Amino acid sequence: MNEETTGWQEFRKGFILENPLMVLMVGLCSSLAISTRVENGIFMGLSATFVLVFSNIIIASIRKWTPDQIRIPIFIVVIASFVTIVDLSLKAYFPPVYERLGVWIPLIVVNCIILARAEGYAYRNTVWNSFMDGLGMGAGYTMVLLIMGVIRELLGTGKIVLFDKQIISLGPFNPPAIFILFPGAFLTFACLMALLNRYKMRKKE
Amino acid sequence: MNEAYRYFLIFLGALLIYNILLIRFIALCPLMGVSTQVETSIGMAMSVLFVMTMATTVSWVAWNYMLKPLHVGEFLYIPVFILIIAALVQFVEMFIRKSSPPLYRAMGIYLPLITTNCAVLAAATESVKPGFLKLNVAYHFSLPEALVYTIGVALGFGVVIIVFACIRERLETSPVPHAFKGAPLAFIIAALLSLAFMGFANLLGL
Repeated sequence: MNEETTGWQEFRKGFILENPLMVLMVGLCSSLAISTRVENGIFMGLSATFVLVFSNIIIASIRKWTPDQIRIPIFIVVIASFVTIVDLSLKAYFPPVYERLGVWIPLIVVNCIILARAEGYAYRNTVWNSFMDGLGMGAGYTMVLLIMGVIRELLGTGKIVLFDKQIISLGPFNPPAIFILFPGAFLTFACLMALLNRYKMRKKE
Repeated sequence: MNEAYRYFLIFLGALLIYNILLIRFIALCPLMGVSTQVETSIGMAMSVLFVMTMATTVSWVAWNYMLKPLHVGEFLYIPVFILIIAALVQFVEMFIRKSSPPLYRAMGIYLPLITTNCAVLAAATESVKPGFLKLNVAYHFSLPEALVYTIGVALGFGVVIIVFACIRERLETSPVPHAFKGAPLAFIIAALLSLAFMGFANLLGL
């Protein structure tokens, strides 16, 4: 395999084959909690992708000088620095979004996706591949967030509001509020996973 | 408000009304990961209670006597808290291994996992920064209040994870649609349990 195809494959695998949420089942907490609105999904996905890409780059570039015994604390410090950057920039430029996402921004530090990629991928691979891997994983994460956000916001409130503008409306009907409440998150996610399972089984046959 | 009633409300709020797993979705990974057997769930619940209480105590002291007086809390709290938790987990692990081997065998494998358990960081952060409870929107917890709050959170985690494991053990043998086998079914159970816990909303005006 030459260098370019590997990079592209690294990017692509985060989408379906190794989608962090649906297949690896890491980083579930944040995705269920904040997917009540599409807008939240966009900001959360971008923040996580930013942290993922940059922490992957840094960890991959210092991997030769990282002692094996203390690698986990080093990873965590690298990740925590980027999360702090996101935390403070969101607070400064998008205060309403920051308020809605709340404790989930500091919790990106312990989002299993990022530590799992640092430990499982970036620590053993080149900078370029780690960059693509972080980008792919982040894109896969954002994609699932957006799908969940669209389903839940559309069914739960009857319309999708993006940056104070109404995009889609289902017309006058009484939306079942359960979809934006807590059980709706679990139900939506369970159905998405079941769909993916069915798709895989069909493919096998 | 009466002092004892306040503590009661904080405890109840953390335990049931704002249950960390089912209402707030924090720490779902351990819930899905270790809740396949009742025994392992009890081990995890105990370890979390232990680590969480210690982590909150240390973080509270660090915030109030170190970070806040030096005016660096706003941008240093994430690395400081996570390092406190990582160090504590390591320390607790070594201490238990030396002092009580049976306990270490029971809790040992869960301890390293707790570092990345979001619930610990969430409880530590919320005990020092004004949080989600109506009780402390614009108000900082004192140390005893932070402790009561943390114990409530940890017990809430424990109760749910044990109930969850009991249900999942039964489901192992029951016939379910193929596509839903395993993880999707676990999420359906979570949805139903969450629906039940929503019944506590607005209890006592919280």
